[in-house]
Amino acid sequence: MGHASNSSEEAKAKGSVGKGLARVDGAAKVRGTARYVDDLKFPGMHHGLTKRSEVPHGILRGIHKREGFDWSQVVVVTAEDIPGRNTILLIEEDQPALVAIGAHVRHVDEAIALIAAPTRALAREAHGFLDLEIEEIPAVFDCEEALSAEVNVYGDDNILKTYLIEKGDADIEEKLASCDHVVEGLYRTQAQEQMYIEPQGMIASWGEDGVCHIIGSMQCPFYIQKAMRALLALDDDNLVVEQAVTGGGFGGKEEYPSMIAGHAALLARKAGVPVKLIYERDEDIAATTKRHPSVVRHRLGFDADGTIRAIDVDVIFDGGAYLTLTQVVLSRGVLHAAGPYKCENTRVRGRAVATNTPPHGAFRGFGAPQTTFAYERQTQKAAALLGMSPFEFREHNMLRDGDRTATSQLLEGSVGSEDVLRAVKEVAEANPLPKDDPATSIRHGRGVAFYFHGAGFTGSGEARLAGRATVALAEDGHFEVRSSSTDIGQGVQTMFTQIAATGLGVEPDAVRVPTPATDRVPDSGPTVASRTCMVVGRVVGQASVALKNRIESWASENGFGDMPLRQAATAMAKVEGEISETVQYAPPPGIVWDDETYTGSAYPCYGWAACVIDVRVDTDTYEVAIDRCVHAVDVGKAINPVVVKGQIEGGTLQSLGWALWEDVIYKNGKVANDRMTNCIVPTFSDAPEMHTIIVEEPFANGPYGAKGVGEIPMDGPCAAAAGAVEHALSTLVSSEGFDALPVSPEAIQRAMRLDS
Amino acid sequence: MSEFLSPKDLPAALAARAAHPDYIPVAGGTDYMVASKDRLPPPGIINLFGLGALTGVTDLDGGGVRIGACTTYATLLGDARIANTFPLLRDACREVGASQIQARGTLGGNIATSSPVGDSLPPLLALDAVICVASSAGERRVAYEDFLVGYRKIDLAADELIVAIELPAPHVGAMQHWRKVGTRRAQSISKVMMAAVAHLDDGRIADIRIALGAVADRTVRARATEDALRGSAPSEEAAKRAREALRGEITPIDDLRSTAEYRLGVAENLVRRFVLSL
Repeated sequence: MGHASNSSEEAKAKGSVGKGLARVDGAAKVRGTARYVDDLKFPGMHHGLTKRSEVPHGILRGIHKREGFDWSQVVVVTAEDIPGRNTILLIEEDQPALVAIGAHVRHVDEAIALIAAPTRALAREAHGFLDLEIEEIPAVFDCEEALSAEVNVYGDDNILKTYLIEKGDADIEEKLASCDHVVEGLYRTQAQEQMYIEPQGMIASWGEDGVCHIIGSMQCPFYIQKAMRALLALDDDNLVVEQAVTGGGFGGKEEYPSMIAGHAALLARKAGVPVKLIYERDEDIAATTKRHPSVVRHRLGFDADGTIRAIDVDVIFDGGAYLTLTQVVLSRGVLHAAGPYKCENTRVRGRAVATNTPPHGAFRGFGAPQTTFAYERQTQKAAALLGMSPFEFREHNMLRDGDRTATSQLLEGSVGSEDVLRAVKEVAEANPLPKDDPATSIRHGRGVAFYFHGAGFTGSGEARLAGRATVALAEDGHFEVRSSSTDIGQGVQTMFTQIAATGLGVEPDAVRVPTPATDRVPDSGPTVASRTCMVVGRVVGQASVALKNRIESWASENGFGDMPLRQAATAMAKVEGEISETVQYAPPPGIVWDDETYTGSAYPCYGWAACVIDVRVDTDTYEVAIDRCVHAVDVGKAINPVVVKGQIEGGTLQSLGWALWEDVIYKNGKVANDRMTNCIVPTFSDAPEMHTIIVEEPFANGPYGAKGVGEIPMDGPCAAAAGAVEHALSTLVSSEGFDALPVSPEAIQRAMRLDS
Repeated sequence: MSEFLSPKDLPAALAARAAHPDYIPVAGGTDYMVASKDRLPPPGIINLFGLGALTGVTDLDGGGVRIGACTTYATLLGDARIANTFPLLRDACREVGASQIQARGTLGGNIATSSPVGDSLPPLLALDAVICVASSAGERRVAYEDFLVGYRKIDLAADELIVAIELPAPHVGAMQHWRKVGTRRAQSISKVMMAAVAHLDDGRIADIRIALGAVADRTVRARATEDALRGSAPSEEAAKRAREALRGEITPIDDLRSTAEYRLGVAENLVRRFVLSL
């Protein structure tokens, strides 16, 4: 009897991977019972507020508490109150937690002092009575101007980082000169705000035992722990970082939460009570990181038959005032800059430059969307120049299994390049564009993009991270997945539930995935880089299988061989105490990467994608509406196809938003459009009906063949959308009006005007 | 803390208004709540939302309607008289905010805020609306164009409340046209709006009223443009004259949402398209 129920349980569980299991976090979020950081209250808790520079570049001369306010009601923290090193530690130590007197202020929203008060209103009042004395010095806001180094923001030359990728023996100029055609383009992209639904926030409290507890909205608990060790001079035993339910991140909660956590901890330490520090929307938009603005010069050399023979790319990213993650973002930008195309002669140069704007940082796609926009605009122009179909030109040049990338990485398996392009081409060809009626203001256009995205950390990054995950039997009889991977709305808890249930051979409701806290979970690495499913999911699956095997052998040794796994596990735990298995990630063999020459296996594997965007441009209002969006993405294996489609469609809309509507307007280094009414992101009404095609070319080292999906949909739709607008107006506009984002109605009007 | 008054009827509301000229009268509160974060709370609030005397649509002699100032967009959207006789207003109401705002926001509130980007205002101007204003001393009626006196300024005394909006019946066979151009399709603040009403007589434009939003410090009638069109056949040539006239009479600005060039160019294109559609 037991045996029979066991096998039917297993049969159901086996179906879990690959099924559209309902989101395990869904009910609590829909019912409003999920507790986000601002829903949490602690006894005696005070509210924190940040006093910011308001000057883009200068030297802090003084912080003055003006008279007329009873300062005994509040706590004020300055750099002098920092017990450890005054830095938000990530890669370098260039960014202070609070600017010290005599030190440089490098952007308008730089934190200088902190206030905590029993109420927000009182903290606000104190904020108004706190005066900053800053000696202003000239500032630079444009990354190309910053290269001339007349204003010094970072080092001697404002260059945060450079990279060079070279492939082929020939001189690139000679090689380009020998091509039948060279298409040259200059592409600019703007900053982009993540606009997660939940603004950033943290609560910090210090126990009488000297342990600092931090809870809040975040992607990477262990990044915060690392930063707090330095800032607060604590060891890990005296520090617990816990994720609260988090309402979106998109990279925006990768590095900046360390700043807020540090500020809340400093305030709580001095105030002697828990302190909640929640950003208002305007403060969040103004002060936290955004996508790096970019300037990309791209030269594409090819022969009359359409064969690409030389690629030369020069990439400049605006890093903002501090390094933060910029060098890693630039790395991904240059590693994707040559595109998913075969070419023997390639040069990619990358520079990240410091300016006096708030630091730019992680955002879904992480440098790849900027360079993808450039190379896919180039591909469109090259195909048009030759009179080739956009599909044919790409098919002719695409990387396939067995080819080598710009870093000479040999692609071996899990290359869905042909499949994704064919899938969108079939839908596109079955649905031709409607004919334009010249009596109306509407013009139709179609754009195509084809791209790839490296999944996981660059080069030997995953080996260095050595991410671990644990699967254990919890006291209440559930199997618990313990990892530092955070569910930020992207479905991690559901995906881990399915992988663990399948590995253990139990039903999904036997598995629980709690939000992580650093004292309860192993370090699985950060929740970034499209790595959570592929890398952490892999070790969750391995730990689940290992735990199942252990329980089964114990059960058969102890005469419980017929017992269902959960019952056997409970029986085993009564005898052996808590049972768990922890597995550390082992990268696939043969990953060789040279960080000096930027050659070798840049990523363990790549996702592949293609999309077709059909637009309608209204030449009366210059508005663009998207009529069709066909997007095929090779994800290896969709652990949960509903979640995967959600990732693809959300990323697509984020990319289309960046292409057509979104802009961050800076005035004197300060974000001017700091509201949801003027920092425009698309709504459901702007979203097209999406035709999403999941392609599965399994990756041998991913769980059930899965590889990254989180970022790739962000990379390419922007280029297809710009190309579609260009196509729609091709009889009206011949200028390069669509090489800068956003292709807003105002930009379209300018392009049409320039040409008329 | 602000004192919060909820008068039970119109006389009580008018008495409260007279007694507390520094209190803010609030209808749906959708504008008031957004702005409240950045300013000190007022000494008091007079809540008018749901007041029976200020709510609902009633028929006027001659085919027009009287709309209570605190009638919500949602109510207007469900009203068959508005849909049949004033589709221009219905179309504009449909594009205000989202369902939540439409359920709470009111026509009178939009008029009182008098933002240059108020979505319901150009239709009222193009439909020749009359604003009914009351105080304890009695009621007066003002043509909407005269009621608009400056940037977010209306002809309303400190003891007065807007009580109703009257729309006269449009000319039989008149065309009504609404176009909102926003920063996105929904939940958007307008960059350019055009409300237009016109009718032809013997192939010529007998009368035309064009109201524009987001192109000046207040909602404006394009009078010179109308003059350039009246009496003409609706042709490309007439549209060209209208564009020139429009360039002479509006001077939009650059701001965070758009550019002066865009607003002017789009307003010209919308006028042209309307003329050609007649």
